[in-house]
Formats: sequence, structure tokens, C-alpha cells
Amino acid sequence: MRWKWLIPALYILFLLLPIYWLINMSLKTNEEILSVFSLWPQNLTLANYRVIFTDASWYSGYINSMIYVSINVVISVCFALPAAYAFSRYSFVGDKHLFFWLLTNRMAPPAVFALPFFQLYSSIGLFDTHIAVAIAHCLFNLPLAVWILEGFMSGIPKEIDETAFIDGYSWPRFFIRIFIPNIASGIGVTAFFCFMFSWVELLLARTLTAVNAKPISAIMTRTVSASGLDWGVLAAAGVLTIIPGVLVIWFVRNHIAKGFALGRV
Amino acid sequence: MATITLQEIAHSYTGASTNPDDYALKKLNLTWRDGGAYALLGPSGCGKTTLLNIISGLLIPTDGRVLFNDQDITRLPTEQRNIAQIFQFPVIYDTMTVFDNLAFPLKNRGRSRKEIEPRVIALAKMLGLEKDLGTRAQHLTADAKQKISLGRGLIRQSVNAILFDEPLTVIDPQLKWELRSQLKYLHKQFGFTMIYVTHDQTEALTFAEQVIVMYEGEIVQVGTPEELFDRPAHTFVGYFIGSPGMNIIPCLLQGNQAVVDGHRIDLGQHYPDQPASAKTELGVRPEHLRLGPADEGGLPVRVVKVNDIGRHRIVRVALEGRELNVVVPEQSEIGGERAALYFNPDHTNIYLNDHLLTGERQ
Amino acid sequence: MIAKQTNQKAWFMVLPVFLVVAFSAVIPLMTVVNYSVQDTFGGNQFFWVGMEWFRDLIHSERFHDAFLRQLLFSGIILLIEIPLGVAIALAMPKKGWGVPVCLISMALPLLIPWNVVGTIWQIFGRVDIGLLGHSLASLGVNYNYTQDPLAAWLTIIVMDVWHWTSLVVLLAYAGLCSIPDAYYQAAKIDGASRFAVFRYIQLPKMQRVLLIAILLRFMDSFMIYTEPFVITGGGPGNSTTFMSIDLVKMAVGQFDLGPAAAMSLVYFLVILLLCWVFYTVMTNVGEESRKGGN
Repeated sequence: MRWKWLIPALYILFLLLPIYWLINMSLKTNEEILSVFSLWPQNLTLANYRVIFTDASWYSGYINSMIYVSINVVISVCFALPAAYAFSRYSFVGDKHLFFWLLTNRMAPPAVFALPFFQLYSSIGLFDTHIAVAIAHCLFNLPLAVWILEGFMSGIPKEIDETAFIDGYSWPRFFIRIFIPNIASGIGVTAFFCFMFSWVELLLARTLTAVNAKPISAIMTRTVSASGLDWGVLAAAGVLTIIPGVLVIWFVRNHIAKGFALGRV
Repeated sequence: MATITLQEIAHSYTGASTNPDDYALKKLNLTWRDGGAYALLGPSGCGKTTLLNIISGLLIPTDGRVLFNDQDITRLPTEQRNIAQIFQFPVIYDTMTVFDNLAFPLKNRGRSRKEIEPRVIALAKMLGLEKDLGTRAQHLTADAKQKISLGRGLIRQSVNAILFDEPLTVIDPQLKWELRSQLKYLHKQFGFTMIYVTHDQTEALTFAEQVIVMYEGEIVQVGTPEELFDRPAHTFVGYFIGSPGMNIIPCLLQGNQAVVDGHRIDLGQHYPDQPASAKTELGVRPEHLRLGPADEGGLPVRVVKVNDIGRHRIVRVALEGRELNVVVPEQSEIGGERAALYFNPDHTNIYLNDHLLTGERQ
Repeated sequence: MIAKQTNQKAWFMVLPVFLVVAFSAVIPLMTVVNYSVQDTFGGNQFFWVGMEWFRDLIHSERFHDAFLRQLLFSGIILLIEIPLGVAIALAMPKKGWGVPVCLISMALPLLIPWNVVGTIWQIFGRVDIGLLGHSLASLGVNYNYTQDPLAAWLTIIVMDVWHWTSLVVLLAYAGLCSIPDAYYQAAKIDGASRFAVFRYIQLPKMQRVLLIAILLRFMDSFMIYTEPFVITGGGPGNSTTFMSIDLVKMAVGQFDLGPAAAMSLVYFLVILLLCWVFYTVMTNVGEESRKGGN
């Protein structure tokens, strides 16, 4: 058992090696990448990053991604809160079927929806807007948000609601003043998951955008197929897409273990 | 079966330290007689669970030794100590049947099926679980689950001691009595040493031959329930045990009298003079005080409030500014606002810096 | 469990979610159904073909192959990731500075955009510039994921293990952390072996989260698209053309809307069926542990 720590340590090494390699490449010049094979940059350069930060077609990708991810997180959490409350506290006609139907959408393959989405959003004039991607991502994030929040809410004793109503709180006031602070960590975890799945998704985001709302990940694929050679810039762009994730993990690190069990442990 | 001795035991969760505040358990010596029924009583966080875990071997004490009979087992792992422990929340193996749960400790020790089966069945009968042997333990009620945890301890027959860590916390009140009397019966049958941790005084007093009262990591008194009631060794024991607790009021000592706000109270014993800096207090149980009509002797008090709690009444009286509880029989008359208070010298205790002070009989 | 109050007004609270999801799910699905029974010669001319696309699909070798590849892939993924994830979770520290280090570094791959994951492994595996490919090549291994189907499969599997095992680890770890200390102490007292502790305490307590893990991993690996698309583009040949890749090829690449729609529906139905099994099993397990109480 003394060597038990080796297992996670080796695993983390396995996780970090490819990421290290990406960072390593992003700090090299293209000539160095292609000519010498070295474990660390011989001529450290930030030129690749400079390309991204000065070229609007690159950095606008980040801004686009951030915008639609934020919209999506806000929509998902705000809409899911009352719904999750309803599922966790009340029984009503069709509640179980509705819950199941919502979950099926979390399981729906985006590939199935890509083309119909394209036509739907084109026909209502939302194609190539941030809101289109945000709403499209609600397809899988909203059910997920309802599901996670319902788990957290069911862990809150019903007596809290009853006491508040006896004390004369109206429902909205109770919900905002008392209930939401009680499930704050659940909301944090939900937002984390919505962020995660919206940030990493590419297929729908790429299908629904052309220029104005194109996400960074889609810009990367286009660049690689067009030039095919600019490995340094590609690696730098990749590194930059990892950073928001790192920041988000840092903020929720204390809730992460519970959060991954979706509040259901 | 063994006599358990704790020698100079102390424990700090942060490792050895020179600061006494770091110790969750301060230095203590204690002997548990083989076959005795002991209760460890104290408020949450007083160190009783720490003490229990040291005996069971889940914790290794920072200082001191644990002896079973004369063998030093301080560093012996739990499974070799032959100890059973029942936890606050029932610990059962969800996926196993009741039978397998009870048989688990024997199976782990490599006993044959032929030996296990009759023992499990016999034990299940004693616990009243024979009907449930085939069901999955997961589906049982909390009290049945707690019986299973107890059964896993008893199945080994030769256990040195069974430790109970507030085992009735999650049990419904009406079942508590039943389980407690069953525990008493099993204790008589098997004759194991029983150490029972609780913060509920009724549980401790009805059940143990010896009660060990702990407070802030220290043992403040070891004694029979009667001793704890009549002669609390520490003011904490005074008000922790009894309902309502002991009246404790500051006083000055003058020979065989205590002076409370100018009123003299006979103590029947002579106490040495104390320096002015010492904290001297008088402690008296509400049961040992008597009330009489005003102006016929005794100390003049004002009746503040009368609480009727069934078999008797608790009268709250004020002696000058200090309030005391007095238990009076149901029928007695309490006339008007004023009354006279009488002390019984045999049951009036003096505490010096919270510890019981014994005077000289005259 | 909380006894729920019947209240039909609760529908109003669910309504916003219902509308948004219905907008995103039902309308597109109708479009798909519409296409699946028609044919087009380009432009906007459609005519009715009934069940023909479905009949074609059921007998199409291409579909069978993609489906079998998909099943094989998901099976392998589960066989590797679930035991590995559990093993890592068991070995993880329970307290101290190791906990945040493990959690943060393990969550990292989960938050990388999927095509970047693909890019990372595409680079990492290249013989000329990638650490993995270069190391293998210098060890004398003939490794080239763009030409050798086996190497392509291995690369994609290792990549998926890299990408998703952490999800299993974090779920299993959350399950392990919820086990009260008393269980381990009782097991010690009962003289249970390390294996017995795993078999009778840890595994039963992890059951629910492991189910979530297995089914999430199954669903997501069944829908995998972006990562293999970036690395191999479905090749060499069709050796890594999974269902989603095939579908997008058909719909966007060849613009065979009818067959693609039919395939979408079959694909979706398969997933729906699995989802139903998932949901039933989950709720049954949930009920059971609730009945048992704690």
C-alpha cells in the first residue's frame, strides 16, 4: 500500500504529457518544430501567441465562444431552477414522462440535429448569431441542469419551504432569499457543467455559425485544413482554449467531487 | 475476556505538543473490570469517542499505554484486539443477507460453514432476528440494523469488550427502551465488558454500573449513578446530571457556614479558610431543598415561577438576586409570593474552583 | 423520501424549460422525419418514398459496419475506462494537499474543446513532430495512424481513455468519499480483508455513481464524432468511421438527405432505447436504496 500514490501519479503524468507537448510546441517556431525534435523549446518564442492576440479573425473566436457559452449558462440555470424545484417538490400530470423526455434530449446525438438545426435557424433568421448556438446547446444543457439541480434540491428538507411560508414569505421571495442560498453550491456545479459541455461542443456550434459568431474551436479546424502547416499557431490556439477550463475548475475545486456525482450521492 | 487498563493515556489529533489545549484527551488513568457495564457520559466533543477509538485501536494514543489483562496492546491493530464496536449509525453490509452479515466476522477468520451456521441461528434467535435471516439487510428498519451490528460483535463469543458509540441515536424513542433492556439481558447472558458512550444521562444512569463523566477531555468523576447524583465531584457533573441540574451559587466560607449575600447556611462540616481569589461555590440539588411558609425561619425567598411537571413541581425562587430551583411534592401549597428556603446540611456540597471540597465532620 | 404534494400549477414552472427544449428538439426532429420518407433531386423538389430509405438502411452493409464498429468501440471504451477509473479513484488520497492536485489535474481533459483534444492527439501521435509517435518510431515500432487501421484504432482508444477516464474517476471518487468512516472501522473490527472491504463496502456504495458513469460513458462514446474526425477523418479507409461520422458524411458531404434522415432516426431510436434502459435501471436502484434508508 506504500506505493499506492504511484497509480494516481502515473495517471496524472499520462494526462499532462500531451498537454505539455502542446504547450511545448506553442512556444517554438515552426522551423524548430519541423526541423529538430526537442523535449523543450530551444528558442523560446511568444510569436505564436502574438499572432492570435493581434489577428481579429483569431481572437474574435474566443470572444464569440465566451459570449454564447455565457448566454447558454445563464439561460440554462435560470430556466432550470424553477423547473427543478417543481420536479423535486410537486407531483403533477405527466411529470415522470416529462422528466424522461428531457433526459432523452441529453442523450440525443448532435449529429442527428446538426442539419435540421441549420435549416431551422436559417429560416427564422438566427443563423450565425450567438443566441442560436446558445439555444441549440440548451438542447442538452437544460435537461442536464434540471437533472443536477433536482438532485441538489431533493437533498434540502421540505420543512425549510414550509417554515418560510408560515413565516409569511411569498413564493418568489422565499425562492430568492432562502432557497437559492441553500443550494448555492448546486447552482455552482450546474453552471460548471453547462459551461463545460457548451465550451467543448463543436459540431453544432460550427454548423450554426459562419463568420460573426464562429467559435474558436471551429476557426482552428479551418486554419489547419487551409494552411496545414502552421503548427505553432495551432498549438498556441489550443493552449488558449484550455485556459478558461482551468479557471473554471479552480473556482469550483471545492465542490468538484460532489458535483461530479451530480448531487446524487 | 479481559480487564482493560488505560495507563497515562493522552491524545492529540495534531501530534505530540507542549500546549495542553491541543489535547483532545488529557492524561488519564482508568481500569475497566472484566464483565462490567460502564457508561462514558459527557457532552459532544468532550473526548469520549476519542477514548473509545483508542480502546478499539482505531486510534493510537499520543502518550500512554493500553493493557488488556497484562498485555500491552497499544499498537496492536484493531482486528487482533478481539473487540466489537457499535457505531452511532448502523453499519451493515447492504448487499448481504442478515445471515451473511452475522456470519461475516467468522468467515473472515476462516471458520467452517458447519461451525458458523448453528451459531448464527442461535444468535439470531436471541436478537429476535430469526425471521429475517434470509432478507437483504438493506431493507430492514434502523433498530434491526443496529441489532445486526451488535450481533456481528456477539457472534465471536470471546470478545474482550463491546464498545457502543451512542448506538441509540437513530432509534425511535419507543424502541429505545426495548433495545436497551435487550442489551442488558444480553450483557447478563454473555458477560462481556460493555463500554457505552452517550450524552444522554438517562441512558447512562439506567444502564451502567459505573459511569465515567468526561468534560473537556478530562475525566471529572467515576462513580455509580447514586454517587454522581449525591456527591458530584465537579460542578459540571452537578448540572449535567439531574433534571433540572444542581443549583450552584457563589458563596464565602466561614468555618462550618457558607455565606450567600449575607445569609448564613449551615454546612455541618468545617472547611478551611480559602484565599479571596479562590472561586468557592455552594451546590445543592433541587431535590434536597425544602420550602416552607414565610416568616417562620429559613431563608427568605421570593417565588418567581412554578412549573408543574407531573409527579412534582419545580419552583423557581430568588434569594436576593440569585435564582434557584426547588423540587416540591405535587400536593404542597405554595402560598403567595414569599416563602422560606431550608437547606439540608448532609446534601449541601462546597466546590472550590469547580472541584468538590470535603470538609471535616464535627 | 419527501412525500410530494400534487400541484398542477407546477407546470408553469416547468413551462419555460419545456418550450425551449421542445423548440430545439421537436421541430428539428419533425424535419428529420419529413426527410426520411422523401427523396429530392436537389433544389426544393421532394417526393414521397415511404419506408424505402429505412428498408435500404436495414440492408445496407455500410450501416451495419458503422453500427458494429460503434458497438465494438463503446464496448472497448467501457472495458478499459470503468475498471481503470475505479482503480485510480481507490488509490487517490482522501485528504491533504494531494486531493486538489488530483481533482484539478484530472478534471483538466474534460474541459478541453473536443476538437482540441483531437488536435492534441493528432500532434502527439505524429511520427515527425509528436512525442508519442516519435518515441514509438525511435523504438522501432512501425506506427502510423493515418495508414494503419490498427494504429488508428489504438490512437483513438488511448485518446478517449485520456479524455474521459477522469469522469469515471471523479464519479467513483465522489461515491467513495460518501462512505462514512464507521464502515471502514467496522470492517477492520470484523477482520475483513482488503478485497472484502472493496467487494462488500466500496462497490455497493459506488453502485449508483458507477451506473451513472457507465451509462454516460456509453452514451457519449456512442455519439463520438469530433475527436476521431479530427485525428483520422474516419480513415484509413472506413476503419474509424463511427455512426456519427458516417451520418455527417452522408448528410453534409454527399447531401443524401433522405438516407441520412432515416439513419438519424434509427440511430436516435437505438439511443432512446438505451436511454430508457438507463433510466429504468437508475430509478429502480434509486428506489431500492431509498427503501433501505440510511
